[in-house]
Amino acid sequence: MKITGKVIRYGDNVDTDVIIPARHLNTSDPKELAAHCMEDLDPDFVKKVQPGDIIVAGKNFGCGSSREHAPIAIKASGIACVVAKSFARIFYRNAINTGLPIVEYDGDIRDGDLLDIDFANGVIRNHRDNTQGRFTPFPEFLQKIITAGGLFKAKEIMQ
Amino acid sequence: MNMTMTQKILAAHAQRDSVRPGELILAKLDLVLANDITAPVAINEFRKAGDGCVFDCQKIALVMDHFTPNKDIKAAEQTKLVRDFAHEKGIEHFYDVGAMGIEHALLPEKGLVVAGDLVIGADSHTCTYGALGAFSTGVGSTDMAFGMATGKAWFKTPSAIKFNLRGKLPKWVSGKDVILHIIGLIGVDGALYQSMEFGGDGVASLSIDDRLCICNMAIEAGGKNGIFPVDQVTLKYIAEHSTRQPVIHAADAGAEYERVFDIDLASLRSTVAFPHLPSNTKTFDQIPSIPIDQVVIGSCTNGRLSDLAVAAELLKGRKVNPRVRTIIIPATQKIYLDAVHQGLVDIFINAGCAVSTPTCGPCLGGHMGILAKGERAVATTNRNFVGRMGHPESEVYLASPAVAAASALTGVITDPTTI
Ligand code: SF4
Repeated sequence: MKITGKVIRYGDNVDTDVIIPARHLNTSDPKELAAHCMEDLDPDFVKKVQPGDIIVAGKNFGCGSSREHAPIAIKASGIACVVAKSFARIFYRNAINTGLPIVEYDGDIRDGDLLDIDFANGVIRNHRDNTQGRFTPFPEFLQKIITAGGLFKAKEIMQ
Repeated sequence: MNMTMTQKILAAHAQRDSVRPGELILAKLDLVLANDITAPVAINEFRKAGDGCVFDCQKIALVMDHFTPNKDIKAAEQTKLVRDFAHEKGIEHFYDVGAMGIEHALLPEKGLVVAGDLVIGADSHTCTYGALGAFSTGVGSTDMAFGMATGKAWFKTPSAIKFNLRGKLPKWVSGKDVILHIIGLIGVDGALYQSMEFGGDGVASLSIDDRLCICNMAIEAGGKNGIFPVDQVTLKYIAEHSTRQPVIHAADAGAEYERVFDIDLASLRSTVAFPHLPSNTKTFDQIPSIPIDQVVIGSCTNGRLSDLAVAAELLKGRKVNPRVRTIIIPATQKIYLDAVHQGLVDIFINAGCAVSTPTCGPCLGGHMGILAKGERAVATTNRNFVGRMGHPESEVYLASPAVAAASALTGVITDPTTI
Protein backbone atom coordinates (compact mmCIF):
# COMPACT_ATOMS: atom_id res chain seq x y z
CA MET A 1 0.00 0.00 0.00
CA LYS A 2 1.24 3.49 -0.92
CA ILE A 3 -0.27 6.87 -0.15
CA THR A 4 0.50 10.52 -0.83
CA GLY A 5 -0.87 13.23 1.43
CA LYS A 6 -0.44 16.66 2.97
CA VAL A 7 0.83 16.97 6.54
CA ILE A 8 -1.03 18.40 9.50
CA ARG A 9 1.61 18.70 12.23
CA TYR A 10 1.17 18.39 16.03
CA GLY A 11 3.56 18.00 18.99
CA ASP A 12 4.19 15.42 21.72
CA ASN A 13 1.63 13.64 23.92
CA VAL A 14 -1.48 14.30 21.81
CA ASP A 15 -3.96 12.62 24.15
CA THR A 16 -7.30 10.97 23.46
CA ASP A 17 -9.11 13.72 25.39
CA VAL A 18 -8.11 16.28 22.76
CA ILE A 19 -8.51 13.86 19.84
CA ILE A 20 -12.14 13.35 20.86
CA PRO A 21 -13.30 14.98 24.12
CA ALA A 22 -15.32 12.76 26.47
CA ARG A 23 -18.32 15.10 26.25
CA HIS A 24 -18.88 13.71 22.74
CA LEU A 25 -18.59 10.04 23.73
CA ASN A 26 -22.31 9.62 24.20
CA THR A 27 -22.30 8.53 20.56
CA SER A 28 -20.25 6.05 18.55
CA ASP A 29 -21.30 7.33 15.13
CA PRO A 30 -18.08 7.92 13.12
CA LYS A 31 -19.45 11.01 11.33
CA GLU A 32 -20.54 12.68 14.58
CA LEU A 33 -17.20 11.86 16.19
CA ALA A 34 -15.30 13.20 13.17
CA ALA A 35 -17.17 16.50 13.48
CA HIS A 36 -15.43 17.05 16.85
CA CYS A 37 -12.05 15.52 16.04
CA MET A 38 -9.09 17.45 17.58
CA GLU A 39 -11.55 20.08 18.84
CA ASP A 40 -9.72 20.96 22.09
CA LEU A 41 -6.25 21.05 20.51
CA ASP A 42 -6.94 22.58 17.11
CA PRO A 43 -10.47 23.93 16.59
CA ASP A 44 -9.65 24.54 12.88
CA PHE A 45 -8.81 20.88 12.21
CA VAL A 46 -12.26 19.89 10.97
CA LYS A 47 -12.34 22.89 8.63
CA LYS A 48 -8.92 22.33 7.09
CA VAL A 49 -8.65 18.52 6.89
CA GLN A 50 -8.87 17.05 3.38
CA PRO A 51 -9.38 13.37 2.57
CA GLY A 52 -5.96 11.72 2.32
CA ASP A 53 -4.17 14.13 4.70
CA ILE A 54 -1.57 12.76 7.10
CA ILE A 55 -1.25 13.67 10.78
CA VAL A 56 2.38 13.87 11.89
CA ALA A 57 3.15 14.16 15.61
CA GLY A 58 5.85 13.71 18.24
CA LYS A 59 6.12 11.09 20.92
CA ASN A 60 3.35 9.21 22.77
CA PHE A 61 0.53 9.96 20.31
CA GLY A 62 -2.87 8.82 21.55
CA CYS A 63 -2.01 8.61 25.25
CA GLY A 64 -4.81 8.50 27.76
CA SER A 65 -8.03 6.59 27.52
CA SER A 66 -8.75 3.37 25.65
CA ARG A 67 -11.55 4.96 23.63
CA GLU A 68 -11.59 3.47 20.16
CA HIS A 69 -13.58 6.58 19.30
CA ALA A 70 -10.17 8.28 18.86
CA PRO A 71 -8.87 6.30 15.85
CA ILE A 72 -12.46 6.08 14.55
CA ALA A 73 -12.81 9.89 14.66
CA ILE A 74 -9.42 10.39 12.97
CA LYS A 75 -10.19 7.86 10.24
CA ALA A 76 -13.70 9.23 9.64
CA SER A 77 -12.32 12.77 9.34
CA GLY A 78 -10.47 11.61 6.22
CA ILE A 79 -6.95 11.18 7.64
CA ALA A 80 -5.13 8.44 5.67
CA CYS A 81 -2.33 7.78 8.15
CA VAL A 82 -0.85 8.97 11.45
CA VAL A 83 2.93 9.25 11.62
CA ALA A 84 4.44 9.73 15.10
CA LYS A 85 7.73 9.30 16.88
CA SER A 86 5.94 6.84 19.20
CA PHE A 87 2.37 5.78 20.00
CA ALA A 88 0.67 5.08 23.31
CA ARG A 89 0.11 1.34 23.35
CA ILE A 90 -3.69 1.17 23.49
CA PHE A 91 -3.97 3.65 20.62
CA TYR A 92 -1.47 1.51 18.69
CA ARG A 93 -3.64 -1.61 19.19
CA ASN A 94 -6.83 0.24 18.37
CA ALA A 95 -5.41 1.69 15.17
CA ILE A 96 -4.36 -1.78 13.98
CA ASN A 97 -7.63 -3.37 15.05
CA THR A 98 -9.76 -0.72 13.33
CA GLY A 99 -7.63 -0.37 10.22
CA LEU A 100 -6.21 3.14 10.69
CA PRO A 101 -2.69 3.02 9.17
CA ILE A 102 0.01 4.25 11.57
CA VAL A 103 3.76 4.61 11.20
CA GLU A 104 6.43 5.04 13.87
CA TYR A 105 8.91 7.50 12.38
CA ASP A 106 10.94 10.44 13.60
CA GLY A 107 12.11 12.90 10.93
CA ASP A 108 12.07 16.53 9.87
CA ILE A 109 8.47 16.85 8.76
CA ARG A 110 6.66 20.21 8.84
CA ASP A 111 3.10 21.38 8.64
CA GLY A 112 2.01 21.50 5.00
CA ASP A 113 4.70 19.11 3.69
CA LEU A 114 3.66 16.55 1.08
CA LEU A 115 4.64 12.95 1.91
CA ASP A 116 4.70 9.64 0.02
CA ILE A 117 4.42 6.64 2.34
CA ASP A 118 5.22 3.12 1.13
CA PHE A 119 3.97 0.80 3.87
CA ALA A 120 5.26 -2.53 2.58
CA ASN A 121 8.83 -1.29 2.10
CA GLY A 122 8.87 1.11 5.05
CA VAL A 123 9.80 4.24 3.12
CA ILE A 124 8.70 7.86 3.64
CA ARG A 125 9.56 10.51 1.02
CA ASN A 126 9.16 14.22 1.71
CA HIS A 127 8.43 16.28 -1.42
CA ARG A 128 9.61 19.54 0.21
CA ASP A 129 13.29 18.62 0.25
CA ASN A 130 13.06 15.33 -1.64
CA THR A 131 14.52 13.41 1.32
CA GLN A 132 13.75 9.77 2.09
CA GLY A 133 13.56 8.02 5.43
CA ARG A 134 12.93 4.47 6.52
CA PHE A 135 10.64 2.95 9.15
CA THR A 136 10.19 -0.62 10.34
CA PRO A 137 7.12 -2.23 8.75
CA PHE A 138 4.77 -4.13 11.11
CA PRO A 139 5.68 -7.68 12.11
CA GLU A 140 3.99 -10.39 10.04
CA PHE A 141 1.41 -11.21 12.71
CA LEU A 142 0.09 -7.65 12.71
CA GLN A 143 0.42 -7.30 8.91
CA LYS A 144 -2.04 -10.20 8.69
CA ILE A 145 -4.59 -8.33 10.79
CA ILE A 146 -4.10 -5.16 8.77
CA THR A 147 -4.25 -6.92 5.39
CA ALA A 148 -7.35 -8.84 6.47
CA GLY A 149 -8.95 -5.45 7.18
CA GLY A 150 -9.15 -5.60 10.98
CA LEU A 151 -9.07 -8.03 13.86
CA PHE A 152 -12.39 -9.74 13.25
CA LYS A 153 -11.66 -10.40 9.59
CA ALA A 154 -8.43 -12.05 10.71
CA LYS A 155 -10.30 -14.32 13.13
CA GLU A 156 -9.37 -17.56 11.31
CA ILE A 157 -5.69 -16.65 11.21
CA MET A 158 -5.80 -15.87 14.90
CA GLN A 159 -7.39 -19.09 16.18
CA MET B 1 14.51 -18.56 30.44
CA ASN B 2 14.16 -16.22 33.42
CA MET B 3 10.89 -14.33 33.35
CA THR B 4 9.24 -11.39 35.09
CA MET B 5 5.96 -11.89 36.94
CA THR B 6 4.01 -10.47 33.98
CA GLN B 7 5.81 -12.70 31.48
CA LYS B 8 5.01 -15.76 33.61
CA ILE B 9 1.30 -14.98 33.64
CA LEU B 10 1.30 -14.37 29.88
CA ALA B 11 3.20 -17.62 29.21
CA ALA B 12 0.75 -19.59 31.38
CA HIS B 13 -2.20 -18.18 29.43
CA ALA B 14 -0.56 -18.78 26.05
CA GLN B 15 0.10 -22.39 27.14
CA ARG B 16 3.80 -21.93 26.72
CA ASP B 17 6.80 -22.69 28.93
CA SER B 18 8.24 -19.26 28.34
CA VAL B 19 7.83 -16.03 26.42
CA ARG B 20 10.44 -13.44 25.41
CA PRO B 21 10.03 -9.65 25.41
CA GLY B 22 8.76 -8.48 22.03
CA GLU B 23 7.20 -11.83 21.16
CA LEU B 24 3.63 -11.69 19.88
CA ILE B 25 1.32 -14.23 21.50
CA LEU B 26 -2.32 -15.21 21.55
CA ALA B 27 -3.50 -15.72 25.15
CA LYS B 28 -6.61 -17.02 26.91
CA LEU B 29 -8.62 -14.56 28.96
CA ASP B 30 -10.11 -14.98 32.43
CA LEU B 31 -12.23 -11.84 32.27
CA VAL B 32 -13.27 -9.30 29.63
CA LEU B 33 -14.55 -5.90 30.78
CA ALA B 34 -16.25 -2.90 29.20
CA ASN B 35 -18.25 0.12 30.33
CA ASP B 36 -21.15 2.21 29.02
CA ILE B 37 -18.85 4.16 26.65
CA THR B 38 -16.75 1.34 25.23
CA ALA B 39 -19.23 -1.56 25.32
CA PRO B 40 -21.60 -0.08 22.68
CA VAL B 41 -18.75 0.10 20.15
CA ALA B 42 -17.69 -3.45 21.07
CA ILE B 43 -21.24 -4.75 20.82
CA ASN B 44 -21.69 -3.19 17.37
CA GLU B 45 -18.48 -4.93 16.26
CA PHE B 46 -19.62 -8.20 17.83
CA ARG B 47 -22.96 -8.03 16.07
CA LYS B 48 -21.36 -7.14 12.72
CA ALA B 49 -19.06 -10.16 13.07
CA GLY B 50 -21.93 -12.64 13.18
CA ASP B 51 -23.54 -12.00 16.56
CA GLY B 52 -23.01 -15.53 17.88
CA CYS B 53 -22.67 -16.67 21.49
CA VAL B 54 -20.17 -15.07 23.80
CA PHE B 55 -17.25 -17.31 24.79
CA ASP B 56 -18.37 -17.53 28.43
CA CYS B 57 -21.26 -15.58 29.92
CA GLN B 58 -19.62 -15.68 33.38
CA LYS B 59 -16.34 -14.15 32.22
CA ILE B 60 -17.64 -10.88 30.85
CA ALA B 61 -18.25 -7.81 33.00
CA LEU B 62 -20.28 -4.87 31.72
CA VAL B 63 -20.32 -1.94 34.12
CA MET B 64 -22.47 1.13 33.45
CA ASP B 65 -20.42 3.73 35.29
CA HIS B 66 -19.35 6.64 33.09
CA PHE B 67 -22.46 8.63 32.11
CA THR B 68 -24.74 6.99 34.66
CA PRO B 69 -27.27 7.59 36.11
CA ASN B 70 -27.79 8.53 32.48
CA LYS B 71 -26.89 12.16 31.94
CA ASP B 72 -28.79 12.68 28.68
CA ILE B 73 -30.81 10.93 26.01
CA LYS B 74 -27.80 9.76 24.01
CA ALA B 75 -26.20 8.25 27.11
CA ALA B 76 -29.50 6.56 27.95
CA GLU B 77 -29.63 5.01 24.47
CA GLN B 78 -26.07 3.75 24.81
CA THR B 79 -26.77 2.11 28.17
CA LYS B 80 -29.97 0.60 26.84
CA LEU B 81 -28.04 -0.98 23.97
CA VAL B 82 -25.68 -2.61 26.50
CA ARG B 83 -28.51 -3.64 28.84
CA ASP B 84 -30.36 -5.36 25.98
CA PHE B 85 -27.21 -7.15 24.86
CA ALA B 86 -26.40 -8.31 28.40
CA HIS B 87 -29.91 -9.65 28.79
CA GLU B 88 -29.95 -11.36 25.40
CA LYS B 89 -26.57 -13.07 25.88
CA GLY B 90 -27.14 -13.93 29.53
CA ILE B 91 -24.13 -11.92 30.75
CA GLU B 92 -23.92 -12.66 34.48
CA HIS B 93 -21.85 -9.68 35.55
CA PHE B 94 -23.89 -6.78 34.20
CA TYR B 95 -23.98 -3.87 36.65
CA ASP B 96 -26.55 -1.14 36.22
CA VAL B 97 -27.59 1.82 38.38
CA GLY B 98 -28.28 0.62 41.91
CA ALA B 99 -25.71 -2.17 41.71
CA MET B 100 -22.95 -0.54 39.73
CA GLY B 101 -19.83 1.15 41.00
CA ILE B 102 -16.81 2.45 39.17
CA GLU B 103 -15.56 -0.63 37.33
CA HIS B 104 -12.03 -0.79 38.74
CA ALA B 105 -13.26 -0.46 42.30
CA LEU B 106 -16.17 -2.82 41.70
CA LEU B 107 -14.44 -5.84 40.13
CA PRO B 108 -11.93 -6.49 42.96
CA GLU B 109 -14.68 -5.89 45.53
CA LYS B 110 -16.95 -8.44 43.82
CA GLY B 111 -14.08 -10.93 43.74
CA LEU B 112 -14.09 -11.12 39.94
CA VAL B 113 -10.31 -10.84 39.71
CA VAL B 114 -7.80 -12.97 41.62
CA ALA B 115 -4.04 -13.42 41.50
CA GLY B 116 -2.78 -15.12 38.33
CA ASP B 117 -5.69 -13.97 36.17
CA LEU B 118 -5.34 -12.46 32.72
CA VAL B 119 -7.85 -9.65 32.28
CA ILE B 120 -8.51 -7.22 29.45
CA GLY B 121 -10.85 -4.28 29.68
CA ALA B 122 -12.00 -1.70 27.21
CA ASP B 123 -10.91 0.97 29.65
CA SER B 124 -7.36 2.16 30.03
CA HIS B 125 -7.36 1.87 33.83
CA THR B 126 -7.95 -1.88 33.66
CA CYS B 127 -4.29 -2.06 34.74
CA THR B 128 -5.62 -1.52 38.32
CA TYR B 129 -5.93 -5.26 39.09
CA GLY B 130 -2.18 -5.78 39.03
CA ALA B 131 -2.49 -4.88 42.70
CA LEU B 132 -3.91 -8.39 43.23
CA GLY B 133 -1.11 -10.14 41.33
CA ALA B 134 -3.08 -10.42 38.09
CA PHE B 135 -2.03 -9.32 34.60
CA SER B 136 -4.59 -6.80 33.46
CA THR B 137 -4.45 -4.19 30.76
CA GLY B 138 -6.59 -1.76 28.84
CA VAL B 139 -7.56 -2.43 25.24
CA GLY B 140 -9.98 -0.97 22.74
CA SER B 141 -13.50 -1.98 21.86
CA THR B 142 -12.52 -4.22 18.93
CA ASP B 143 -10.17 -6.20 21.19
CA MET B 144 -12.99 -6.38 23.71
CA ALA B 145 -15.45 -7.66 21.09
CA PHE B 146 -12.92 -10.21 19.86
CA GLY B 147 -12.31 -11.26 23.47
CA MET B 148 -16.05 -11.67 24.06
CA ALA B 149 -16.33 -13.83 20.97
CA THR B 150 -13.23 -16.00 21.33
CA GLY B 151 -11.96 -15.63 24.91
CA LYS B 152 -8.58 -14.63 23.48
CA ALA B 153 -6.47 -11.57 22.78
CA TRP B 154 -3.12 -10.86 21.12
CA PHE B 155 -0.30 -9.36 23.12
CA LYS B 156 3.21 -8.18 22.51
CA THR B 157 5.17 -9.56 25.46
CA PRO B 158 6.47 -6.57 27.42
CA SER B 159 9.85 -5.99 28.99
CA ALA B 160 9.74 -4.52 32.48
CA ILE B 161 10.85 -1.77 34.80
CA LYS B 162 11.35 -2.74 38.44
CA PHE B 163 10.47 -0.45 41.33
CA ASN B 164 12.02 -1.53 44.62
CA LEU B 165 10.03 0.00 47.43
CA ARG B 166 11.44 0.16 50.93
CA GLY B 167 10.42 1.76 54.23
CA LYS B 168 7.00 3.02 55.18
CA LEU B 169 4.98 6.05 54.08
CA PRO B 170 4.69 9.02 56.49
CA LYS B 171 1.32 10.22 57.82
CA TRP B 172 -0.94 11.75 55.09
CA VAL B 173 1.26 10.31 52.32
CA SER B 174 -0.43 7.53 50.32
CA GLY B 175 -0.29 5.27 47.29
CA LYS B 176 -1.37 8.26 45.18
CA ASP B 177 1.76 10.15 46.16
CA VAL B 178 3.89 7.08 45.37
CA ILE B 179 2.56 6.79 41.84
CA LEU B 180 2.57 10.56 41.17
CA HIS B 181 6.19 10.62 42.35
CA ILE B 182 7.04 7.77 39.97
CA ILE B 183 5.26 9.36 36.99
CA GLY B 184 7.08 12.63 37.73
CA LEU B 185 10.31 10.66 37.72
CA ILE B 186 9.90 8.68 34.50
CA GLY B 187 7.42 10.79 32.51
CA VAL B 188 4.11 10.05 30.81
CA ASP B 189 5.82 7.71 28.34
CA GLY B 190 8.48 6.46 30.76
CA ALA B 191 7.11 2.93 30.77
CA LEU B 192 5.75 2.83 27.20
CA TYR B 193 4.98 -0.79 26.15
CA GLN B 194 6.52 -2.00 29.43
CA SER B 195 5.37 -3.61 32.68
CA MET B 196 5.86 -1.73 35.91
CA GLU B 197 6.73 -4.39 38.48
CA PHE B 198 6.75 -3.39 42.12
CA GLY B 199 8.66 -5.21 44.82
CA GLY B 200 10.85 -4.77 47.87
CA ASP B 201 10.23 -4.95 51.60
CA GLY B 202 8.20 -1.73 51.52
CA VAL B 203 5.35 -3.54 49.74
CA ALA B 204 4.18 -5.22 52.93
CA SER B 205 3.27 -1.86 54.49
CA LEU B 206 1.02 -0.87 51.57
CA SER B 207 -2.68 -1.65 51.82
CA ILE B 208 -4.56 -3.20 48.89
CA ASP B 209 -6.25 0.18 48.38
CA ASP B 210 -2.81 1.82 48.03
CA ARG B 211 -1.67 -0.90 45.63
CA LEU B 212 -4.86 -0.59 43.54
CA CYS B 213 -4.27 3.17 43.33
CA ILE B 214 -0.63 2.70 42.30
CA CYS B 215 -1.39 0.13 39.58
CA ASN B 216 -4.37 2.21 38.42
CA MET B 217 -2.05 4.96 37.23
CA ALA B 218 0.56 2.71 35.52
CA ILE B 219 -1.11 3.75 32.25
CA GLU B 220 -0.32 7.39 33.08
CA ALA B 221 3.35 6.46 32.69
CA GLY B 222 2.48 4.70 29.41
CA GLY B 223 2.80 1.28 31.08
CA LYS B 224 1.14 -1.83 29.72
CA ASN B 225 0.45 -2.99 33.25
CA GLY B 226 1.49 -2.49 36.84
CA ILE B 227 1.86 -5.49 39.11
CA PHE B 228 2.53 -6.29 42.76
CA PRO B 229 3.86 -9.55 44.16
CA VAL B 230 1.32 -11.72 45.96
CA ASP B 231 1.79 -11.63 49.75
CA GLN B 232 -0.29 -12.26 52.86
CA VAL B 233 -2.10 -8.94 52.41
CA THR B 234 -3.17 -9.97 48.89
CA LEU B 235 -4.24 -13.46 49.89
CA LYS B 236 -6.29 -12.14 52.79
CA TYR B 237 -8.06 -9.64 50.52
CA ILE B 238 -8.80 -12.30 47.89
CA ALA B 239 -10.09 -14.76 50.51
CA GLU B 240 -12.43 -12.09 51.87
CA HIS B 241 -13.80 -11.14 48.46
CA SER B 242 -13.70 -14.14 46.14
CA THR B 243 -14.54 -17.81 46.12
CA ARG B 244 -12.00 -18.42 43.34
CA GLN B 245 -8.53 -19.81 43.98
CA PRO B 246 -5.61 -17.46 43.32
CA VAL B 247 -2.66 -18.70 41.27
CA ILE B 248 0.62 -17.28 42.48
CA HIS B 249 3.30 -16.38 39.96
CA ALA B 250 6.53 -14.85 41.22
CA ALA B 251 9.26 -13.24 39.13
CA ASP B 252 12.33 -15.43 38.63
CA ALA B 253 15.38 -14.38 40.63
CA GLY B 254 17.25 -13.82 37.37
CA ALA B 255 14.43 -11.93 35.62
CA GLU B 256 15.71 -9.06 33.49
CA TYR B 257 14.54 -5.49 33.98
CA GLU B 258 15.34 -2.69 31.59
CA ARG B 259 15.61 -0.26 34.49
CA VAL B 260 15.50 -0.55 38.27
CA PHE B 261 14.43 2.26 40.60
CA ASP B 262 14.88 2.26 44.37
CA ILE B 263 12.23 4.24 46.18
CA ASP B 264 12.35 5.01 49.90
CA LEU B 265 8.69 5.35 50.90
CA ALA B 266 9.63 7.23 54.09
CA SER B 267 11.20 10.02 52.02
CA LEU B 268 8.06 10.69 49.94
CA ARG B 269 5.89 13.76 50.51
CA SER B 270 2.43 14.77 49.37
CA THR B 271 2.67 15.30 45.64
CA VAL B 272 0.48 17.27 43.22
CA ALA B 273 0.41 16.91 39.42
CA PHE B 274 -0.09 20.33 37.84
CA PRO B 275 -1.95 20.87 34.56
CA HIS B 276 -1.89 19.44 31.98
CA LEU B 277 0.12 16.23 32.44
CA PRO B 278 0.22 13.68 35.28
CA SER B 279 4.03 13.89 35.10
CA ASN B 280 4.04 17.60 35.92
CA THR B 281 4.49 16.89 39.62
CA LYS B 282 5.48 19.16 42.48
CA THR B 283 5.84 18.82 46.25
CA PHE B 284 4.72 21.53 48.64
CA ASP B 285 8.14 23.19 48.88
CA GLN B 286 7.56 24.14 45.21
CA ILE B 287 3.85 25.00 45.36
CA PRO B 288 2.73 28.63 45.72
CA SER B 289 -0.71 29.61 47.02
CA ILE B 290 -3.15 28.59 44.26
CA PRO B 291 -6.85 29.35 44.80
CA ILE B 292 -9.30 26.65 43.70
CA ASP B 293 -13.00 26.44 42.84
CA GLN B 294 -13.77 22.74 43.18
CA VAL B 295 -12.56 19.59 44.91
CA VAL B 296 -13.47 16.10 43.71
CA ILE B 297 -12.76 13.10 45.93
CA GLY B 298 -13.62 9.89 44.12
CA SER B 299 -12.82 7.88 40.94
CA CYS B 300 -11.27 4.48 40.31
CA THR B 301 -8.03 5.89 41.68
CA ASN B 302 -9.18 7.21 45.06
CA GLY B 303 -12.85 6.56 45.70
CA ARG B 304 -12.37 3.64 48.09
CA LEU B 305 -13.35 3.53 51.75
CA SER B 306 -9.84 4.24 53.05
CA ASP B 307 -9.70 7.32 50.78
CA LEU B 308 -12.99 8.62 52.16
CA ALA B 309 -11.80 7.89 55.71
CA VAL B 310 -8.68 10.00 55.21
CA ALA B 311 -10.78 12.88 53.86
CA ALA B 312 -13.21 12.55 56.77
CA GLU B 313 -10.38 12.67 59.28
CA LEU B 314 -9.48 16.15 58.00
CA LEU B 315 -13.04 17.39 57.42
CA LYS B 316 -14.49 16.22 60.74
CA GLY B 317 -15.99 19.11 62.71
CA ARG B 318 -14.83 21.64 60.11
CA LYS B 319 -16.44 23.48 57.18
CA VAL B 320 -15.11 23.55 53.64
CA ASN B 321 -14.25 26.97 52.25
CA PRO B 322 -17.52 28.48 50.92
CA ARG B 323 -15.86 29.21 47.55
CA VAL B 324 -14.99 25.54 47.02
CA ARG B 325 -17.60 23.14 45.68
CA THR B 326 -16.58 19.87 47.28
CA ILE B 327 -17.93 16.72 45.64
CA ILE B 328 -17.41 13.32 47.21
CA ILE B 329 -18.18 10.20 45.19
CA PRO B 330 -17.91 6.80 46.86
CA ALA B 331 -16.74 4.42 44.12
CA THR B 332 -19.22 1.59 44.76
CA GLN B 333 -22.55 0.98 46.48
CA LYS B 334 -20.79 -1.01 49.20
CA ILE B 335 -18.30 1.77 49.86
CA TYR B 336 -21.20 4.23 49.96
CA LEU B 337 -23.08 2.13 52.51
CA ASP B 338 -19.96 1.54 54.62
CA ALA B 339 -19.32 5.31 54.55
CA VAL B 340 -22.88 5.88 55.80
CA HIS B 341 -22.52 3.30 58.58
CA GLN B 342 -19.16 4.63 59.70
CA GLY B 343 -20.49 8.16 59.93
CA LEU B 344 -18.31 9.49 57.11
CA VAL B 345 -21.25 10.78 55.10
CA ASP B 346 -22.46 12.74 58.17
CA ILE B 347 -19.04 14.33 58.44
CA PHE B 348 -19.01 15.25 54.73
CA ILE B 349 -22.50 16.72 54.68
CA ASN B 350 -21.92 18.67 57.89
CA ALA B 351 -18.71 20.03 56.37
CA GLY B 352 -20.64 21.34 53.37
CA CYS B 353 -19.78 18.67 50.79
CA ALA B 354 -22.05 17.13 48.16
CA VAL B 355 -22.05 13.32 48.36
CA SER B 356 -23.06 11.53 45.16
CA THR B 357 -24.13 8.06 44.11
CA PRO B 358 -21.24 6.12 42.49
CA THR B 359 -20.31 7.40 39.02
CA CYS B 360 -17.25 8.38 36.98
CA GLY B 361 -19.02 11.70 36.45
CA PRO B 362 -16.61 14.62 36.69
CA CYS B 363 -13.46 12.50 36.39
CA LEU B 364 -13.81 12.43 32.60
CA GLY B 365 -15.72 15.69 32.30
CA GLY B 366 -18.92 13.73 31.80
CA HIS B 367 -21.34 15.25 34.29
CA MET B 368 -21.82 15.92 38.03
CA GLY B 369 -19.22 18.66 38.44
CA ILE B 370 -18.01 20.20 35.17
CA LEU B 371 -15.61 23.15 35.31
CA ALA B 372 -16.23 26.54 33.69
CA LYS B 373 -13.62 28.50 31.75
CA GLY B 374 -10.71 29.50 33.97
CA GLU B 375 -11.78 27.37 36.95
CA ARG B 376 -9.41 25.16 38.92
CA ALA B 377 -10.06 21.86 40.65
CA VAL B 378 -8.06 19.65 42.95
CA ALA B 379 -9.11 16.09 42.16
CA THR B 380 -8.14 12.65 43.41
CA THR B 381 -8.67 11.38 39.85
CA ASN B 382 -5.91 10.29 37.47
CA ARG B 383 -5.84 12.62 34.46
CA ASN B 384 -5.39 16.36 34.12
CA PHE B 385 -5.25 16.69 30.34
CA VAL B 386 -6.62 19.81 28.63
CA GLY B 387 -10.41 19.87 29.04
CA ARG B 388 -10.50 16.67 31.09
CA MET B 389 -13.00 18.01 33.65
CA GLY B 390 -14.77 20.54 31.48
CA HIS B 391 -13.82 23.73 29.65
CA PRO B 392 -10.55 23.49 27.67
CA GLU B 393 -9.32 26.50 29.68
CA SER B 394 -10.05 24.94 33.09
CA GLU B 395 -7.33 23.28 35.17
CA VAL B 396 -7.13 20.01 37.11
CA TYR B 397 -4.55 19.38 39.84
CA LEU B 398 -4.18 15.70 40.72
CA ALA B 399 -3.60 14.84 44.36
CA SER B 400 -4.29 12.43 47.20
CA PRO B 401 -7.52 12.47 49.24
CA ALA B 402 -5.60 14.14 52.09
CA VAL B 403 -4.41 17.03 49.90
CA ALA B 404 -7.86 17.33 48.31
CA ALA B 405 -9.63 17.52 51.70
CA ALA B 406 -7.07 19.99 53.11
CA SER B 407 -7.47 22.17 50.00
CA ALA B 408 -11.27 22.09 50.30
CA LEU B 409 -10.94 23.54 53.82
CA THR B 410 -8.59 26.39 52.93
CA GLY B 411 -9.60 27.20 49.35
CA VAL B 412 -6.01 26.96 48.13
CA ILE B 413 -3.91 23.88 47.28
CA THR B 414 -2.83 22.82 50.75
CA ASP B 415 -0.40 20.46 52.44
CA PRO B 416 -2.45 18.34 54.89
CA THR B 417 0.33 18.50 57.49
CA THR B 418 -0.47 22.22 57.93
CA ILE B 419 -4.12 21.64 58.89
S1 SF4 C 1 -13.24 7.07 37.36
FE1 SF4 C 1 -12.32 8.23 35.70
S2 SF4 C 1 -10.47 7.15 35.12
FE2 SF4 C 1 -11.72 5.77 36.39
S3 SF4 C 1 -12.90 4.55 34.94
FE3 SF4 C 1 -14.14 6.31 35.49
S4 SF4 C 1 -13.66 7.89 33.96
FE4 SF4 C 1 -12.08 6.33 33.82
